[in-house]
Amino acid sequence: MDLTAIVFYLFSIVTVGAAAIMVFSKNIVHSAFALMFSLAGIAVLYVLLYADFIAATQLLVYVGGILILILFGLMLTEQAVTQKFKAVTVNMLPASLLAAVTTVLLVYAYATTSWQMVMPEERSETVYDLGILLMSDYILPFIIAGVLLLIAIVGAILMSTRLTAIKNEEQ
Amino acid sequence: MELMITPWLAEPGLVHFLIVSALLLSLGLMAVLSRRNVIMVLMGVELILNSANINLIAFSRYTSLSLEGQMIALFVIIIAAAEAAVALAIVLNMYSRFNTVHLDEIDSLKG
Repeated sequence: MDLTAIVFYLFSIVTVGAAAIMVFSKNIVHSAFALMFSLAGIAVLYVLLYADFIAATQLLVYVGGILILILFGLMLTEQAVTQKFKAVTVNMLPASLLAAVTTVLLVYAYATTSWQMVMPEERSETVYDLGILLMSDYILPFIIAGVLLLIAIVGAILMSTRLTAIKNEEQ
Repeated sequence: MELMITPWLAEPGLVHFLIVSALLLSLGLMAVLSRRNVIMVLMGVELILNSANINLIAFSRYTSLSLEGQMIALFVIIIAAAEAAVALAIVLNMYSRFNTVHLDEIDSLKG
C-alpha cells in the first residue's frame, strides 16, 4: 500500500464520517463544524486528483466563505434561549430508505460500468492551463458567472437591508 | 475472491472516488429529506453539490474529459457561492416574517 492509497482512505473516512456526523447530529452548530471537516477532506481528495487550483478554491470559497455565511445564518436565526439549537428530524424511515437505495444503485452502476479510461496525464500544475482556457474557450461563461455573482450579491444586500429598514420604520 | 479484491483496494482509481461521492450524495439527500431546519437543508444541498464536483474532477483525471471537468467544477463552485448568499438572505427574511426557520411551520401557501 503506497502513500496515495493511505492518504485517500484516511481522508475518505474523514470526509464521509464528518458528513455522517453532520446529518445525524442533534446540535446544528455541531453539524456546521462537521461540514467544515467534510469540505476540507474533499479539498484533499481534489489534491489527490491533481486539481490543485480547485482544491485551493474549495478551501477559500467553501471553508472560508460559505461555511462562515452558514454559521452567521445559524446564529442570527436560531432562538437560542428556547430551542437551544435542537434539530427536528422527520420522515426518518423513507429518507434513510431512499438514501440507502441511491447508494446501492450508484455503487452498483459505478462498479459494473467499464469506463473508457485514458492514462492519467502527469501535470505539475493546472493553474496555467485553466487560465488559458478561461480566457479563450470559456470567456462567455466566465463573464456570465461574474454578472451572476454581482446580481446575487446586490440581491442579497437588498433583501437584508430592506429587512432592517422595515424594522426601523416599525419602531 | 480475496485475491481479486485486495489489489483493487490498494490502488485508488476512478471507481473509488465515485463511490465516495455516491456516499456523500446519499448523506446530503438524507439531510435534505429528514431535517426540518432550513439551514440544515441548505447544508445538505452544499454536500450534494460537492459530491457532484468530486465526480467531475475524478472524470477529468481519469478519462478524456481532461481539464474541461475542472472548468465545470469551478463554475459549480461559483454558482454554489451565489446560491448560498441569496438563500441565507431569504432565510433571514423568512425568520423576521414568521419568527421560525422550521420548514413545517411555514405553510401559508398550503391550500
